[in-house]
Amino acid sequence: MISVHVRSKAYSSTPVLQGVRFDIAQGETLAIVGGSGVGKSTLLRIVAGLDPDFEGQVHAPERIGMVFQEPNLLPWRRVLHNLLLTHPEIGETAAREMLDRVGLSDKADHWPRQLSLGQQRRLSLARAFLGAPEFLILDEPFTSLDPALHADMLDLTQTLIETFSPAVLLVTHNSDEATRLAGTIRELHGTPAGLREI
Amino acid sequence: MGRRITISFVSIAGFIALWIALAFKIADPQILPGPDALVGPFLAELASGELIYHLSQTLLRVVWAFALAMILGTSIGFVMGASDRVNDWLDPWLVVFLNLPALVLIVLCYLWIGLNETAAIAAVTLNKVPNVAVVIREGTRARSPDTAALAQVYRMGRVARIMHVDLPQLAPFVAAAARSGIAVIWKIVLVVELLGRSNGVGFQIHLYFQLFDVGMVLVYAFSFIAVMLVVEWCLLQPWERSSRRWRQA
Repeated sequence: MISVHVRSKAYSSTPVLQGVRFDIAQGETLAIVGGSGVGKSTLLRIVAGLDPDFEGQVHAPERIGMVFQEPNLLPWRRVLHNLLLTHPEIGETAAREMLDRVGLSDKADHWPRQLSLGQQRRLSLARAFLGAPEFLILDEPFTSLDPALHADMLDLTQTLIETFSPAVLLVTHNSDEATRLAGTIRELHGTPAGLREI
Repeated sequence: MGRRITISFVSIAGFIALWIALAFKIADPQILPGPDALVGPFLAELASGELIYHLSQTLLRVVWAFALAMILGTSIGFVMGASDRVNDWLDPWLVVFLNLPALVLIVLCYLWIGLNETAAIAAVTLNKVPNVAVVIREGTRARSPDTAALAQVYRMGRVARIMHVDLPQLAPFVAAAARSGIAVIWKIVLVVELLGRSNGVGFQIHLYFQLFDVGMVLVYAFSFIAVMLVVEWCLLQPWERSSRRWRQA
């Protein structure tokens, strides 16, 4: 069970988030939608443990996977090593199997910059699911993709979520993505922002 | 690649031609001997073992000072770049050491530590550490916050984070500091040897300066330049190319 309660978060005395509270059970997907600048990224940084400067508590498991807005790969390490570096406990065989699942088995020895944007996003997805995370965070993972690639990535993500059954937090501004992937959808709105059901 | 080598070759040939022309114009081997006049003294010095001995002494000091300056400068620069608080404390020191003339540090090291090898290497190291620290500090500040977030989310260990996330981003800055460092360090080593050692290229240049032997000064100077070019071409440039290969893929 993921349990998040952000009583308040402010940037230099300007409140950004207030009274944001939600739980996500194992196997459940919660989507948080909202317009640009409403505080989605701020909330996500708090949940991911990247921003400890807030009032409240976050209870999340150790095994977290995250898909960032950009693929956020290490360009100086080859594809296979991008997986092994973030999951040193996982052997090469398991990493290659994951590459196979996302259709990158023939790219293991490539540099990330030799991959197309779609392939880079697949690799980012493979990294997030490698190690069977208990909690998966998806930060607008399908932005800047053309419609065909977008649909392809949505399918792949849905398949992987069904296979590994983590608790999933999806943050997006695209309500179609939210409807497709999540059982529960909430909107972040207002100033300072809070959550409401939609 | 072939074009670059050709240009380098033509450029060096042009320098030698200019040297020959100047030597011919001055027409006084005591002031500027031509390249051909250096061959004899060079071979004699090589055969006697003197040239190799003094070159090796200087090279050893360069290697020690370079290694220490890079290790200390990289560590200090990294910590300063990563922590504003540390930077606030150490920045005034950096400014002082950056503006302290090399000669002052050399003289003070000899006075405080004595006329020995430790003082010589310490003087050269202290001269170079601030420059390395400044370059590495800027590199550390330029690190991507996205990769830092990645390392944090996936709970990468401290060593793994430094080796696979931080250092690869710092590689161009380390390479820049190393290349400018090696060029400056060997020049300072020569001054250190001139002032307080009884061997090395700097000592020999001082000796032949007193004898007003321009030819031998040039023999030692060019010999050491040749050694440093070998270091540059055979060590630094291949390492730099290797650290950049992912950019060229």
